[in-house]
Amino acid sequence: MSQSPAPKGLDRRTLLQRVGLTALVAGPGVSLLSACATSSSKKKDNVKANNSDAKNPFGVKATAPLDVVIFMGGYKDDYATKGHEPIYKKAFPGAAIKHEAITAIGTTLQPRFNSGTNIPDVVDNSGTAQMDWTALASAGQLQDLTKLWDAPSVDDPSKKVRDTGMVAGKPMQMNYVATTFGLWYNKKLFADNGWTAPKTWDEFTALCDKIKAKGIVPFAYAGKNAAYYMYYGIIQSANKLGGNQVGVDVDNLADGAWSNPAVKTAAQKWGEICQKYSDKAYLGLIHTQVQTLHKQNKIAFYPSGDWLENEMKDVKGADGFEYAICPYPDMGGDKLPYPALRVSAGEPFFASAKSPNPAGALEYLRQMLSKAGAQAFFQQAGSMAVVKGALEGLQLTPGTQSVVDAQKAAGSSVITWLNFDGWYKDLDMEARNQTNKLCYGGGNADSFCSALDKEAAKIKADSSITKQTRPAIS
Amino acid sequence: MRQGKNRFIIGFLAAPVTLYILFVIWPYIQTFQVAFSRWDGQSAPEYNGLDNFKNLFSDSKFTGAVEHHVVMLIALPLVTLTIALFFSFMLNLGGSIQGGRLRGVRFSGIYKVIFFLPQVLAVAIIGVLFSTVYQQGSKSAGVPSGVLNAVLQAVGIGGKDQIGFLTDSNLALWSVIGVMVWQAVGFYVVLFSAAMTSIPKDLFEAAALDGASRATLFFKITLPLLRDTLQVGWIYLGIAAFDGFALVQVMSINGGEGPDNSTSVLPLEIWNNAFNQPKAGYAAAMGVALFFMTITFAAISMRVTRRESIEF
Repeated sequence: MSQSPAPKGLDRRTLLQRVGLTALVAGPGVSLLSACATSSSKKKDNVKANNSDAKNPFGVKATAPLDVVIFMGGYKDDYATKGHEPIYKKAFPGAAIKHEAITAIGTTLQPRFNSGTNIPDVVDNSGTAQMDWTALASAGQLQDLTKLWDAPSVDDPSKKVRDTGMVAGKPMQMNYVATTFGLWYNKKLFADNGWTAPKTWDEFTALCDKIKAKGIVPFAYAGKNAAYYMYYGIIQSANKLGGNQVGVDVDNLADGAWSNPAVKTAAQKWGEICQKYSDKAYLGLIHTQVQTLHKQNKIAFYPSGDWLENEMKDVKGADGFEYAICPYPDMGGDKLPYPALRVSAGEPFFASAKSPNPAGALEYLRQMLSKAGAQAFFQQAGSMAVVKGALEGLQLTPGTQSVVDAQKAAGSSVITWLNFDGWYKDLDMEARNQTNKLCYGGGNADSFCSALDKEAAKIKADSSITKQTRPAIS
Repeated sequence: MRQGKNRFIIGFLAAPVTLYILFVIWPYIQTFQVAFSRWDGQSAPEYNGLDNFKNLFSDSKFTGAVEHHVVMLIALPLVTLTIALFFSFMLNLGGSIQGGRLRGVRFSGIYKVIFFLPQVLAVAIIGVLFSTVYQQGSKSAGVPSGVLNAVLQAVGIGGKDQIGFLTDSNLALWSVIGVMVWQAVGFYVVLFSAAMTSIPKDLFEAAALDGASRATLFFKITLPLLRDTLQVGWIYLGIAAFDGFALVQVMSINGGEGPDNSTSVLPLEIWNNAFNQPKAGYAAAMGVALFFMTITFAAISMRVTRRESIEF
């Protein structure tokens, strides 16, 4: 997949288009399996698209009910109940929508998919317990979304849906949310103290010293259930230092991928930060507990994604708290210099192939991808959907505004997303364990890297686990 | 009534037995079947013979969990039964002699309620409760200490770094076992109390008249007559030691695995493999292994602790 060099004066659209292409390629190998699924013809996709009908291109029956499953997590489900579902109902007043908000998606839905009864039409397959995409695809449970991407868009029927999205669509997954990951801090606290977001590692450690002197813990993450936020950050720094290929090697279980000098340096530097500027007590806390302390100005920097502001919106924080994101600081000799940012499309949805209302599912997704849908999502969930220009003219919350600014500043310097945590649960769990040992257990980077190389090799050698790969990044 | 009796029995048993076969026996059989396959939980299973079982023994997660179960198997019944015996003895026979009969200590009635209270709480709630009790606090980090650490700090144990009951890989499993004991003791206090009250009081009075001390009463009369109940308690607790899923998942870090995988238990590994990964066949194999381990333990326990029952 060739990527044209970025023109001068880059805007967010081009940035995210480029990210999207990377995300498309970097996503799970579902696209490889789509060939298998259709060739084994487990079920013919019986939704015929009529692109000349801009209001109802998929031929949705006006009275057919729709079953929507939303992952109840950081984005909650108000964006569906107060946003997308009313939009669908306006288009099809006779349709009854059954809304289900589920946290343990795999545990709850797997039996329904297996038995073939009560299969939901639209599924937001996200969260720790999400269903395995490869398994779903090979069982023929996912609709091919190409007809969705080729359908006329809701806002401008002369444009196809694929042209209104910031991120290219995948054959079986609709990734709805443009997600950014970085270091979060309180803009007001920093302004009051005359602190600025650090650009280099020296600036970072010097700032941490100042913060510590003020009696605030400079950095923390939650060890009990969110250690993966921390290793996301370590790999993010490693990608930044050594180029995105570092992350590709880790995902591909390449030999010695974790012992790459970039990973080792990143692990060592972050381990030092945690040992010097954090506290062991956070090892036993869950993410909402640490995030609450962060919002109360007890912690300065917290690594997370842009769902953070919305997740914490009902929690009382320090007066005048304003979420702000900053990119990870340079470690010295970085291939992707500051302010490179990690952005990709996340929060995957799919349309079931074997449910009662497959056409309705496609139409629901189409409505989500309209400007109204994206705005409703932003208003309820506080995050950006992948629809171009949807947030123009809207009053943005401080956190979102800072994400938009950071994306603009990053331009084409994009750090790519990790995939192994979704592909190989064992590696995810071991990475969490090693991260906790490194950061809160007084460990060192050498044992971190060698233990994870060992686990990766074990998974690589295990033939019973289906392997997925990402293509190399130049 | 002879001819109607069998029909009567079958009529009443039909529904429960059907339910039992459908929801207990049939899933067991299916699990055995699935254990010989490679199944991702969605498409059809492909049979791969004994591969799953061969992989089990080289899987460090499986062997780690089994090691933890061995520790729990030894510690849980021993500690729980000892404490429960002591409490029920005190509550029934530990007090002064009134009107020629041995009574329990004062306020026994209230103690019985307090001891049984943990049984009434749901396991998940106990998990959340003790997560907070065990919390390692830190003044500088703004993290409040759990009750246990607060008490220890007040007495001077612990120093600057409070004790990480659930975050120290040497302590985590013992902390979990502690909670299991706390929850189980109440039930066995009641069980042993019931058994003790069924022992004729004349035996105790006769022994007391002969000058037997409290300790002699306990070891020479109570304990031997309680053997059957002890055997039952031992087996139940042993089976409970093969579980621990709910507690570990709620209390222990990293999804229940614990610091450095020190609190993993077999039900947790089974659940991880079946629902968080597409390895339902492998999980079933683990389930089969767990089944045999539990059955073996129960069989051996019953054999070893078998004595002739004492009629009184």
